[in-house]
Amino acid sequence: MPYITINHKEVEFENGMTVMQACELVGIEIPRFCYHDKLSIAGNCRMCLVEMEKSPKPIASCAMPAAEGMKILTNTKNVENARKGVMEFLLINHPLDCPICDQGGECDLQDQALHYGFDKSRYEENKRAVKNKHLGPLVSTIMTRCIHCTRCVRFSTEVAGVDDLGLLGRGESAEITTYLEKTIKSELSGNVIDLCPVGALTSKPYAFKARPWELNKTESIDVFDAMGSSIRIDTLGKKTLRVLPRMNEEINEEWISDKSRFAIDGLSKQRIDTPYLLKDGKLVIAEWDEVLVNITQEISKRGKENTLALSGKFTDIETLFSAKYFLQSLGSNYFDCRYDNVQFIENQRASYLFNSSIQEIDNADAILLIGTNPRWEACVLNARIRKAYINNDCKIGLIGKKLDLTYKYVHLSDSIEHINDLLNNNSPFSEVLKNSKKSLIIIGNSAINYRDGKEVLNVCSEIAKKYNVANNNFNGFNILQQDISKVGAIDIGFYNQDFAQNFDQNIKNHINKFNPVVFLLSGDEINHSILEGAFIVYLGHHGDDLAQLADIVLPSPAYTEKSSTYMNMEGRVLQTTRCYHPLGVSKEEWKIFRALSNNFSQKLKFNNLSELRNEISNLFPVFKEINNLPSSSKLEFGSSTKIEDRVLEYNIKNFYMTDVISRASITMANCSREILNKVA
Amino acid sequence: MLKKEDKIFKNLYGHNDWNLKGALDRGIWENTKNILDKGSDYIVEEIKKSELRGRGGAGFPAGLKWSFMPKDSGKPHYLVVNADESEPGTCKDREIMRNDPHLLLEGCLVAGFAMRAHDCYIYIRGEYYKESSNLQKAIEEAYEAKLIGPNASGTGWDFNIYLHRGAGAYICGEETALLESLEGKKGLPRLKPPFPAAVGLYGCPTTVTNVETVAVAPTILRRGSKWFANLGNPNNTGTKIFSISGHVNNPCNVEEVMGIPLKELIEIHAGGVIGGWDNLLAVIPGGASVPLIPKSICDTVKMDFDSLIKVQSGLGTAAVIVMNKSTDIVEAITRLSHFFKHENCGQCTPCREGTGWMYRIMKKMILGNIDSKGIDQLLNVTKQIEGHTICALGDAAAWPIQGLMRHFRPEIERRISEFNKKRKVA
Repeated sequence: MPYITINHKEVEFENGMTVMQACELVGIEIPRFCYHDKLSIAGNCRMCLVEMEKSPKPIASCAMPAAEGMKILTNTKNVENARKGVMEFLLINHPLDCPICDQGGECDLQDQALHYGFDKSRYEENKRAVKNKHLGPLVSTIMTRCIHCTRCVRFSTEVAGVDDLGLLGRGESAEITTYLEKTIKSELSGNVIDLCPVGALTSKPYAFKARPWELNKTESIDVFDAMGSSIRIDTLGKKTLRVLPRMNEEINEEWISDKSRFAIDGLSKQRIDTPYLLKDGKLVIAEWDEVLVNITQEISKRGKENTLALSGKFTDIETLFSAKYFLQSLGSNYFDCRYDNVQFIENQRASYLFNSSIQEIDNADAILLIGTNPRWEACVLNARIRKAYINNDCKIGLIGKKLDLTYKYVHLSDSIEHINDLLNNNSPFSEVLKNSKKSLIIIGNSAINYRDGKEVLNVCSEIAKKYNVANNNFNGFNILQQDISKVGAIDIGFYNQDFAQNFDQNIKNHINKFNPVVFLLSGDEINHSILEGAFIVYLGHHGDDLAQLADIVLPSPAYTEKSSTYMNMEGRVLQTTRCYHPLGVSKEEWKIFRALSNNFSQKLKFNNLSELRNEISNLFPVFKEINNLPSSSKLEFGSSTKIEDRVLEYNIKNFYMTDVISRASITMANCSREILNKVA
Repeated sequence: MLKKEDKIFKNLYGHNDWNLKGALDRGIWENTKNILDKGSDYIVEEIKKSELRGRGGAGFPAGLKWSFMPKDSGKPHYLVVNADESEPGTCKDREIMRNDPHLLLEGCLVAGFAMRAHDCYIYIRGEYYKESSNLQKAIEEAYEAKLIGPNASGTGWDFNIYLHRGAGAYICGEETALLESLEGKKGLPRLKPPFPAAVGLYGCPTTVTNVETVAVAPTILRRGSKWFANLGNPNNTGTKIFSISGHVNNPCNVEEVMGIPLKELIEIHAGGVIGGWDNLLAVIPGGASVPLIPKSICDTVKMDFDSLIKVQSGLGTAAVIVMNKSTDIVEAITRLSHFFKHENCGQCTPCREGTGWMYRIMKKMILGNIDSKGIDQLLNVTKQIEGHTICALGDAAAWPIQGLMRHFRPEIERRISEFNKKRKVA
């Protein structure tokens, strides 16, 4: 490997590195504003100047490719002066309003001014004032503070794929703007807040709520889609004030979606914090003992062995496990996680996992999307597809209704029927798949949430084998799940084949037949009408529609309030962290099932969370290792049946309102009004 | 003084026909095939030997620059002619394009062939209306006469020339900003490296070069590099068009030999300074972005790259701006400061924030309304900009002020003390 000399020390670097990156190898931190790992290089802030031998002028280290034999000096008087000069220029037109600026305490300019700034200003002229821009309900602007690093512009054009932001004007009158004062129409827009090194772009919902040093920072996992993005939750007391992304190259890089970031105000609205019992047609506040006795009686009355449990979007592994074993102890095998009727093939892990891993998208040169709108189902993953589109010239084909995915694609058909053609080599995309070196098939819920879902999976598997999408070394056959709970639920066996193919009808039949007790485990997306006649015990944290239909409501903590295990779409085990104690008298679901099992003298075998987790990983070894990508499963299924003509409708109609938390969130309501022009 | 037969620009003043017919009469397009037949290496070598230095301002050896084009990149090569002549005081290229466009076009073919380029873009300043219409007409004539186009001039080399009009931004004369603008983007200078010779227009090897540099190439090749190298001084060879403006009796463009004494240039060609040589205050010898030189230096200085660098100025585009003693020198430089404040692209910090600051201090200096530390502070600001920017505009904005302070500091100090005296009285 080549060598570069930094401050008289030889450093080995990899080809393609910049001088700045080489400096970082030896722990020399170079100050910067415009440079960002994940964005193109602009080199415009000039803060990262260093001296290079034989160069009369200092060079911008962020933009200069490191080369063999280069001699770099980062700590000379000249470098110091150059940086001080740049810092002074940045500060002369930057308002001195740190005390009322939301960025205060986590501001790059503030931090670096401490080192490179002068204590007094020499600038006696008037400061520049810039009109604020309206960027929508999420991003607040104080444009006078802008230092024109253009990170936000580069992010929105490169990563988010929307051309809404740009730099207008030149010289002193250059301004970051949306050209026509319109809302940024991206699901990733919140990331510009993190990217902005100063307080020009700040969070609107979080405005003036707290200072960063007052907050409790908890590292956790996002639950709003099936990616399980790494996040940091900042809380003050029992209030979640903001969510920020954490670096995780394998999953979310440095981004999270606006829903993950801003739906959190829903966590303090419409919360269930105490048990309720239906008395005379009205839900009234009750005590835990009372409701548990009540449930026990109802179960016994209606037949233990018919008791039903249905999971929902946010149901964690602990809940699923304890519910399953509680029901089995009652002699019931009636539990299921397919409320959206999304099908999979039993005992075939590859039929419900994102097998290639999310990171592999970066290397793909052809991607076939079947019945999925990744932009709404997993926005950050969609940004990866866009990355492959830009970097690898990745060709993308879509089967499903046309929509804006932020990149160009070949629209193959509205109907799922087209996969027959693909299998028979009759599709315009056949050539692309054939010529590709690494291709992926991504199947969305909309393609397999129908009674022929299994057949679709089988045919797609055949296609994957035929075009070498999946082979011995690599499996590019992917299911894009929408819920963080789904993969774990299937792995833990939380399903009953009696309910396959047509969930609604089968459940309805079961309920009509037995009128059993139904446990809804945060199952808010379930079709109401099928539950008629059942005794509904609702476990959840939000008083959404379904809670109102319940006979008994049991409060359980939200994802910020308990430590839960989840499995993301890749089959990676992830754990959330409790940020604060649950509201009111809420109890974790596993505690509820344990207490109930006690009432039936069939006490579940665990007494605390770690015992429960041990139990889970003993019975299901896949849950043993946390954060590890499972070794890829093989495609051991497949058959070619003719798939019927069916137009694929994407099941998410409003990105900003997909679950109880986001439906309770005012911010999300504003988004859906302003960005989608939809009234909730 | 340059002999008549050594002049390259024979129709600089437009006394004769600028069309193809007139051009042919002047010997342009005469056996261009012969030149091209000698091969591109020969052309580059001859230009190198002629010691021709770029006429756009920086004075980079032209042959060397042309030789940077990769031999076998597998990508198309482009020649881009920088006709975005916006430097205040400079008006040489417009005369070439208006009165002798075929000279430029023939140069394009020769230079383009030397760089293995099949396509040439001429990026012309938007305000140059007559120039662009003449040039466009000339391009059409050349196509019609099969001088350019497929099998240009019978050489077997396909060569296309496209004229592109800018929209009047000074920064688009910076070579990489010009490429951005040509690609349809905002004219923001690019980071270097990579240099245009490696990654230029549309990501392909490109050479951006000034109109005058290209236009003189065919004549050099016809008459031999030796002839050109023998004109002027070593390393500062050949002839050059000087644009003389300001307080002279006869402002003009004139082609002269490099290294002609400034005094001679002004007295002979421009009819002398208004009010006589002794009435001279200062001269900006190379367009707005080079430091001025006071009369004491003007008396003896020679007009070429190296001589002017020795006196801490520069030849630039050889736009000689003459100022006699009626000039308020501070206000004159302030006006230039305003120009750079207005025309910088706003991309990188030092220009964006610094040029405005400098201009505002300069404006106060006209009256002397600053404290005595102000001069050093201003100089310090210029130093903070100089060399810290992406392109050379930062330097260009800093140098005129540094030149002013170098030679006229006592004048400013006088104004400051006078202003302060008046203030005390009031």
